[in-house]
Amino acid sequence: MTLSFQAAVAARGFDVALTVRPGETVAVMGPNGAGKSTLLAGIAGLLRPDSGSAELNGRTLFDLDGGKRTWVPPYHRGTALLAQEPLLFPHLNVVDNVAFGPRSAGAGNAEAKEQAMRWLAEVEADQLAGRRPVELSGGQAQRVAVARALAADPELLLLDEPLAALDIHSAPLLRRLFKRVLAGRQAIIITHDVLDALMLADRVVILEDGRIAEEGPTRAVLERPRSSFAAGLAGLNFLPGTLDGAGVRTRDGLKVSGHDEEAGQLPMPGRPGVAVFPPSAVSVFLSDTHGSPRNSFAVTITDLEPHGDQVRVRAGSLAADITPAASADLGLAPGMTVHFVVKAAAVSVYGT
Amino acid sequence: MTGKQDGLERRTRPVPRTQAPGYSGIPGWVRMLAVLAAVVVVLPLLAMVLRVDWGQFLPLVTSEPSLTALGLSLRTSAASTLLCIVLGVPLALVLARDTFRLRGLLRSLVLLPLVLPPVVGGIALLYTFGRQGLLGRTLDVFGLQIAFSTTAVVLAQTFVALPFLVVSLEGALRTSGSRYEAVAATLGARPGTVFRRVTLPLVLPGLASGAVLSFARSLGEFGATLTFAGSLQGVTRTLPLEIYLQRETDPDAAVALSLVLVAVAVAVVALAYRRPAGARPGPAGRTTAPAPPGRTVR
Repeated sequence: MTLSFQAAVAARGFDVALTVRPGETVAVMGPNGAGKSTLLAGIAGLLRPDSGSAELNGRTLFDLDGGKRTWVPPYHRGTALLAQEPLLFPHLNVVDNVAFGPRSAGAGNAEAKEQAMRWLAEVEADQLAGRRPVELSGGQAQRVAVARALAADPELLLLDEPLAALDIHSAPLLRRLFKRVLAGRQAIIITHDVLDALMLADRVVILEDGRIAEEGPTRAVLERPRSSFAAGLAGLNFLPGTLDGAGVRTRDGLKVSGHDEEAGQLPMPGRPGVAVFPPSAVSVFLSDTHGSPRNSFAVTITDLEPHGDQVRVRAGSLAADITPAASADLGLAPGMTVHFVVKAAAVSVYGT
Repeated sequence: MTGKQDGLERRTRPVPRTQAPGYSGIPGWVRMLAVLAAVVVVLPLLAMVLRVDWGQFLPLVTSEPSLTALGLSLRTSAASTLLCIVLGVPLALVLARDTFRLRGLLRSLVLLPLVLPPVVGGIALLYTFGRQGLLGRTLDVFGLQIAFSTTAVVLAQTFVALPFLVVSLEGALRTSGSRYEAVAATLGARPGTVFRRVTLPLVLPGLASGAVLSFARSLGEFGATLTFAGSLQGVTRTLPLEIYLQRETDPDAAVALSLVLVAVAVAVVALAYRRPAGARPGPAGRTTAPAPPGRTVR
């Protein structure tokens, strides 16, 4: 019960190898255009990669590498796809929409309807059975779409931002539903929301520019991000460079001191590494302050924005959270040059 | 979760089609020209209606040649509409969904009858199915002679009417997109099932209006029919041909029959362009609100 997938699409600069273990839910995250939807389309059979191969539970989905090219059409793959929009067939009522999968698999009308009702009950939408899709709210429609995808009895469920189009009232309800139906189910979910990854997925895969930038258990990725995208998700400042003793030397020549998270291991100067610290650990000063062991960066403020009960001071890719009072005392404004100061003890340094 | 909670979810209502009156920004002279355009179309029809000899209308319209011509017109138009559906649906589907080289060229060629003088179409058909034609010679061997038969009438009508169905259906197919088909396929539906249970029902309104337009075009066919099928009473003399013939001998009969065709045309247009409330789903059948602006990467 494993999905193994490896494919390249030259036109989109896409080259990804991914494995999903039995019963595992993997969250795929990444900036727009990173190749997340290409990945799902390739698995579902809606897009034909230039090369690669994939297997689901021992069955070949496609094999475009060998001399004998195999390509299994989407309707024989057992990979139901649920998109951001529910895409319920507008000419069928709710129960017939959900019965579509069973009917396509050869079930009789009555049997398919019975299965449909069971899945509608599973997603707590059985009272909608007789309605037309136009009579449903966005949340109700997506709920029915979940039932429809599950009723097709997929071996692998593909979810392409299933909560993105929902309003703030429906999203939490649907997230709870996904939590229930995804438990122990093999699934891949594309999401922009770190909450989805934490709640629904066992593992997260970060895609950047058509490649996997990093992957691992969701918590580990958020606590020790190795890609700037993951650091952004976790809300951390992220300075990549090369390891240099108990610090990192960035490409701009900046030396960032921190504590070595991999203490005990041999220091490996020259190895690629990152310095990571939360915006809350950063203090803002108008003039340079000295005193070891501190890091002080001269930066130009690009933006000030509210962040909870704090003010987030942005300077390029760095951010600092300070109190509104402190911001007012300092008279901060975009364009000002200030010093971001962070204690070395608050900076995590590790190899990537 | 309960129904009460569901009630909190925002309902997306269809956008009303009729706009509230507001500033239109149309210059006065444009309005005048618009009225003139309407007059250009309506005035001749009015002139004809005024010329109808109402006392003689029923006897003229129900005369034996008239009824024969009308019956033939209805039968051949029905047959050619059927042929247009059988051949036009696959063609529209291939043009709308398949990607292949020369697709643009194929579309242009198929749409050619829209702009071609029908008499040219008739000549082309004659050199295809006529006794000396491309296929006609072979068919002749099997004792099949198509030219100047009722079959020829149906072929001529299909030739000129097919583009109407293809254009209208291809538009509907493009508007509805292939996303529903993709979803259906991942749910395990084979292409045949997808076509029957998803594609066809989704474009049914487009198919219906295309079929009605094809029928109307078939009913009015004159040039290609006369050239390719001739004017044999009861065999190839359809209503437009009968009208043209009567015009020489009995103008009153011609006018009366013309009015019948106008009435049919009005009915057809009304049928093709009516919009029954709720019967036509939105182009994409959207049931969700568009993605909120906050959908960007954080």
